[in-house]
Amino acid sequence: METCGQSGPERVEVACLENKTVLQMNHIMKIYSNGVVANEDVSIELKKGEIHALLGENGAGKSTLMKVLFGIESPDEGQILLDGKETQIRSPQDAISKGIGMVHQHFMLVPSLTVAENIILGVEPRKGLYFIDMEKAVQEAEEIAKKYNFDIDVRAKVEEIPVGIKQKVEILKALYRGADILILDEPTAVLTPQETDELFIQLEKLRDSGHTIIFISHKLDEIKRICDRATIMRSGRSMGTYEVKDISTEEMSRLMVGREVILTFDKKPATPAAVVMKVRNLSVRNGQGVLKVDDLSFDLRGGEILGIAGVEGNGQSELIDSLTGLNKSYRGNIYIKETDIEKSSIKEIRELKLAHIPEDRMTSGCAGNLNILENLFSNQYTDAAYSGKMLLKMKKIQERSGELIQEYLIKCKSYKQNVGMLSGGNIQKVIVAREFSTGPDIIIANQPTRGVDVGAAEFIRRRLLEFRDAGCAVLLVSADLNEVFSLSDRLAVMYKGKFSGMFTNVEAVTEEELGQYMLGLKHQEKQEGMIYE
Amino acid sequence: MNSAKRFDMFRMLFSVLIALLISFVIIFFVSEEPVTAITTLITGPFKSKRNMGNVIESMVPLIFTGTGVCIMFSANQINLATEGGFHLGGLVAAAVALKLGLPAGLSPAAAICLAALAGAAFCTIPAIMKIKTGSPELVSSLMINYLSLWLCTFILMYTLQDPSVGSASYKLPAESELPVIVKGTNIHVGLLLALLVAVLGYVFLYKTRTGYELRLTGENESFARYSGINIVKVVLISQMVGGIIAGMGGGVELLSPIYSRFSWTALLGYGWDAIIICTLAKKNPLYTPLAALFLAYLRTGASIMARYTDVTLEIVQITQGIIILLVVAEQFLSGMKHRMIAKEAKASLKEGEVA
Repeated sequence: METCGQSGPERVEVACLENKTVLQMNHIMKIYSNGVVANEDVSIELKKGEIHALLGENGAGKSTLMKVLFGIESPDEGQILLDGKETQIRSPQDAISKGIGMVHQHFMLVPSLTVAENIILGVEPRKGLYFIDMEKAVQEAEEIAKKYNFDIDVRAKVEEIPVGIKQKVEILKALYRGADILILDEPTAVLTPQETDELFIQLEKLRDSGHTIIFISHKLDEIKRICDRATIMRSGRSMGTYEVKDISTEEMSRLMVGREVILTFDKKPATPAAVVMKVRNLSVRNGQGVLKVDDLSFDLRGGEILGIAGVEGNGQSELIDSLTGLNKSYRGNIYIKETDIEKSSIKEIRELKLAHIPEDRMTSGCAGNLNILENLFSNQYTDAAYSGKMLLKMKKIQERSGELIQEYLIKCKSYKQNVGMLSGGNIQKVIVAREFSTGPDIIIANQPTRGVDVGAAEFIRRRLLEFRDAGCAVLLVSADLNEVFSLSDRLAVMYKGKFSGMFTNVEAVTEEELGQYMLGLKHQEKQEGMIYE
Repeated sequence: MNSAKRFDMFRMLFSVLIALLISFVIIFFVSEEPVTAITTLITGPFKSKRNMGNVIESMVPLIFTGTGVCIMFSANQINLATEGGFHLGGLVAAAVALKLGLPAGLSPAAAICLAALAGAAFCTIPAIMKIKTGSPELVSSLMINYLSLWLCTFILMYTLQDPSVGSASYKLPAESELPVIVKGTNIHVGLLLALLVAVLGYVFLYKTRTGYELRLTGENESFARYSGINIVKVVLISQMVGGIIAGMGGGVELLSPIYSRFSWTALLGYGWDAIIICTLAKKNPLYTPLAALFLAYLRTGASIMARYTDVTLEIVQITQGIIILLVVAEQFLSGMKHRMIAKEAKASLKEGEVA
């Protein structure tokens, strides 16, 4: 209890007295219905006109705290004071009416409507009783954009504007509804470095006009750049609030993780072996007929990690679905160890010793209502070690489950616990344990550490490196630049279904340069090192 | 996890209790002699050996169809053709008993086997339609039940009908009847078969490779697909096995001492009851006998009540309906569940601090 929000050792009392406190959340506790304690004891205090960072690793409880503040979840304990008065926030509508706005990580916009229509949605200016006054809507949207210096064409359709602008529309949406306190949930996660710069300028302007901004992030450099104060969270508790200028990034990361973080791995140089996966002229269209993968060719060798960076939605998912057999309607050829997998079933592809960590663990990585044991064997229950012709060898399976739980440090009561009751990091470990336990030759890892606590993430990354060192081929798709940088032996950037860049010397690439390739500002005409012939 | 399971159990019992209470309140409103009616409903089944025998005997078809539905629903194949499969099974068993003239022992065995095959073929139709055309099995299986009814009625009228009695078949030969195992009651060999099927159903779902595939697909189809499981096979096998059991149930029921002729000219409703059984048993065949016992007890009580008092049999359907609504309503008592889980989580947090 000694480290709640009020008693950080380096807090500067004087500065706080000068500004008005607009919001206090005291000793918030939130337990989800699956028993996960997301917030154990969190306190945070916001001043008028500050950018306040909420800092913490994935799974520390930042998003939960903000859901409580925005009325999406109700707290099990604790109180919320708005302008000094205790208040209850019952729903997002309630939060909006109290001047709290939220920009979600995944945008809540209607793509087929214009920017103006999206901004006024739900609070439309009316003409008569039923009709929306479109002229007034456009006018009002333009006014608010102008007021806050957002350079946006409000008549453009949302589906036609880039991600950076979409985010601005989200912010405008909140401002239009009268938000004084603005919650931004990992706003830079989907942005390129250039778009991030622009966002930051905008945020500073908002702060100077008296808005309070909660900036959720786990990127220390961004917090250093833009935030005034930071509240640090670790496993559901607040570890104190600090003046950003007075605290070093090392100290922040120590408070956040509880120990020194190792951002780079002692990587042995890769010793690539034979090509195990060959992709030639692969083109994939999605369900709507949009070309998502455009004539892609590359090779993957044993003993190397090929990283694929890129803003989400540039064809990564479609590529992975085709490589793993989930999507069969592609053009071009995919060879795994000389086998053309066009006609192969997913089971046959898996029998070629391919393991797959899926992008979204809850939709296709596990069955939440089944227990850990049942989730650990879905890819190997037909193995002679675990079943006869008909019956499963339950005893063997139970033994092996116990071993895997220990080996992969899965935190649970027993293998009989339902996977849905575990935390995100532990669910991911179950998936990784299952996929890695078959002794794969190829690992397709799609966002392997997304939403996973730092310990689990490090564990998974180490495992990937171990497999690489043992001669396994790894294809790593990740939105976490740090991850692709620290793990990849070769690095490709995906933009609009093509590789806009391919780097064989990963250490020589800067984040800014990568950003330009991710945005499509730069494009290598001739790419080296993609194919070995 | 354990507490969550305990809570589910509690919720189930609580739902049953509420349903009974509401039914009692209704009885108070409609009956001249409510206390007698309720007492008869509750104690009636225990009044005589015959009554108790009726309870046990009427469990049999419920266990069969309930187990069949458990298997199909576990694979998330919402096939409702159990009703028609059961009906067809009865007809086929009657036809075998009447037409083949097999000796005792062999006759019921052959009849039940063919009934099972007929049930399987019938319940697989929606599966094949789903695989070939993508039509949802829920709709197609629901509609083909009438096909079964009218086909069976047609066959009855044109091949098996005894002209001297009207819409019923000739009397079934004694060789085909399933022997009674408890004297003075109607409890017959079919009960043992039913219990065996429930246990085998459990083993199939929880101990075999195919059962594992079924449950995995039922819980999360895209996870199953991603794992390399053949979904088409699961869709087909789950509904086929469900059909086998439904058809068998129909055969056993018809050959039981209760029926001397095939006289089913309307659907009997065991397919629908199976959904109640499956819900109460939480899709686990092992619990179907318990669920069947409860339903059979309630129904026997109600029919005794209907005979001796002014309350009609249909009151039980109200009770059943309320139970199902409460059991499947996820939000029912969810606040209480949340408080219980939160309390436990807090307690374990405290423990952690002490340690």
